Amino acid sequence: MPSTLFEKLWAAHEVARTDDGQSLIAIDRVFLHERTGTLALQALEKAGRAIRHPERAFCVMDHIVDTRPGRPGLTRMPGGAEFITATREAALQAGIRLFDIDDSRQGIVHVISPELGIALPGLTLVCPDSHTCTVGGLGALAWGIGTTQAEHALATGTLRVDKPAAMRVRFTGRPDPAVTAKDLILAVIAQHSAVGGLGCAVEFAGDAIDALSVEGRMTLCNMAIEFGAWTGMVAPNEEVFEYVSGREFSPRGALWDRALAAWRELKTDEDASFDRELELDCEGLAPQVSWGTSPEHTVGIDGVVPEPGGASGRREGMRRALDYMGLAPGRRVEGLEIGAAFIGSCTNARLSDLRAAAGILDGRRVADGVKAICVPGSTAVRAAAEAEGLHRVFESAGFEWQESGCAMCFYAGGDGFGGMRAVSSTNRNFENRQGPGARTHLASPATVAASAVAGRLTDPRKLV
Amino acid sequence: MRGVVSGVAAPLMRPNVDTDAIIPSREMKRVSREGLGEGLFANWRYSDLATREEKPDFVLNRALFRNAKILISAENFGCGSSREHAVWALADWGIGAVIAPSFGEIFQANCAQNGIMAVVLPADDVAALGAVAQERELRLTVDLTTCEVQRLDEEPLRFSMKPREREMILKGLDPIALTLSEHGAAIEAFEQSDRTARPWT
Ligand code: SF4
Repeated sequence: MPSTLFEKLWAAHEVARTDDGQSLIAIDRVFLHERTGTLALQALEKAGRAIRHPERAFCVMDHIVDTRPGRPGLTRMPGGAEFITATREAALQAGIRLFDIDDSRQGIVHVISPELGIALPGLTLVCPDSHTCTVGGLGALAWGIGTTQAEHALATGTLRVDKPAAMRVRFTGRPDPAVTAKDLILAVIAQHSAVGGLGCAVEFAGDAIDALSVEGRMTLCNMAIEFGAWTGMVAPNEEVFEYVSGREFSPRGALWDRALAAWRELKTDEDASFDRELELDCEGLAPQVSWGTSPEHTVGIDGVVPEPGGASGRREGMRRALDYMGLAPGRRVEGLEIGAAFIGSCTNARLSDLRAAAGILDGRRVADGVKAICVPGSTAVRAAAEAEGLHRVFESAGFEWQESGCAMCFYAGGDGFGGMRAVSSTNRNFENRQGPGARTHLASPATVAASAVAGRLTDPRKLV
Repeated sequence: MRGVVSGVAAPLMRPNVDTDAIIPSREMKRVSREGLGEGLFANWRYSDLATREEKPDFVLNRALFRNAKILISAENFGCGSSREHAVWALADWGIGAVIAPSFGEIFQANCAQNGIMAVVLPADDVAALGAVAQERELRLTVDLTTCEVQRLDEEPLRFSMKPREREMILKGLDPIALTLSEHGAAIEAFEQSDRTARPWT
């Protein structure tokens, strides 16, 4: 029977079906970070439970680590030191691999798991972090879980899961070359809402997706969670296989050959059917920017802030968002004055993102009074960018060039964009997400860079 | 009794209440599941985060709702970050059930793991309940044994919950022990054949 990519991944990992219609799914990799993973390790230890496959569990320090140049402190979060020391202890005790702050492999969990070959096509990977779906971009089945579920995955090598529905989002038409993976996923969420993918494993498909780079695929899948989806994925192609080959934890030799043969089957069969199908027409799509406090509050950079509408709940949400963002319906988003620009996060802080931003910043300066910060997604991305001299482009443009971590993607105390209007390459524009009162506009790295230069939200196509 | 919560329902009628709003990252101060109630909705609840000066008009600060046991909200409640702290904070504050038209999926699963009921009702019913709760004291009983939201003098509202989540809440099950006892052999068998099928894993 023809089946979808999702079906294939599911079937390969289904250990058992439980009486109540759930499935027990084998978990190939568990990744933890210092913010939410430590409690899981501690709870297992306290209960005297062993980790079933310690060699398949990994931990990294990314969320609250100090990212200021040279890492002058341990953490940017007041009181955060406890999380770091407790994580070190728990990981050591549990005998799992930890990528500590000074490790050259350190970085945001969803950036380093593909970089290190921990996430691979066809694997299941979970992490107590909602953006775990990022590595669906490699053709992995990856999703975010809670801390208690992480305990379960570690102790049993499995998770109980209700089988999600299979959805395909098909991209038609040819996008403008300036329209990036970030713009595509923002457009999907804007058009089909922040709950459009609820209960679904979403496969992104179509010519525009086939043409995406490996890093672009990860950006796309990263925001599947903002679409409400259980996870997102893209069928892996040869470029993906090339990407994962030779990485630290990738298979080698004969094992590689066998893996590769299996991975080449990871695609939706011709006649397979989905529970739900959606479309997005890429033709004429402008670079996207969010105006409100939900990722669905997004329009083209050439658009205007909409009038609150729709069902009562949605309308009320839009009204609150306008109020919080200090905007009125009908206002053009382009030209909106900003006080901060941020390039970072698991969405858009990989090498290609930094290159795209640097391409715009080269020979230009950030507008006066704009606080501009670039935080590479991993220590390896940072090193690769420096090898190309990108850090000099950022610095001479007036960006601060930081160490890797989640940084100002979210506010944990310490630095943030409190009270400012910020344009940000991150994934969440929630109230206060980047600091008390911070007003976040989500956009691609190119749009962030162009806006930083102009001091206003700006169409990157005007600055190429 | 497990799976039954009775008390005043507090209306928080806005969509997309995210877990950052439920418990801001900064409020997850300790490596612990305890004592998170103080940080619940901190950005909405306090006008001064340091002194904890309250905003009088925030729903949970109003006298009527100080002891609310049930929260009513709009669509996509608990979206965003996977932090289980959001559920721990609600529970610590005293909320035993949340009623909404839809929930963020990770949040919903986290609720079941912690004995909190995430009750899905049709949007119209939720909006109606919310409207009443905004006007006068609304006492509800969320009863998972019958899968009903009961109100005085009115027909109960029926809801459904995934059987496993329902059972976990009703019986307070330890999911790890359950999986190992029910499926230990299946896991062994799977792993053995998987070693040949996908040796690179
Ligand atoms: S970069 Fe932001 S969204 Fe990504 S894992 Fe870190 S905090 Fe979460």
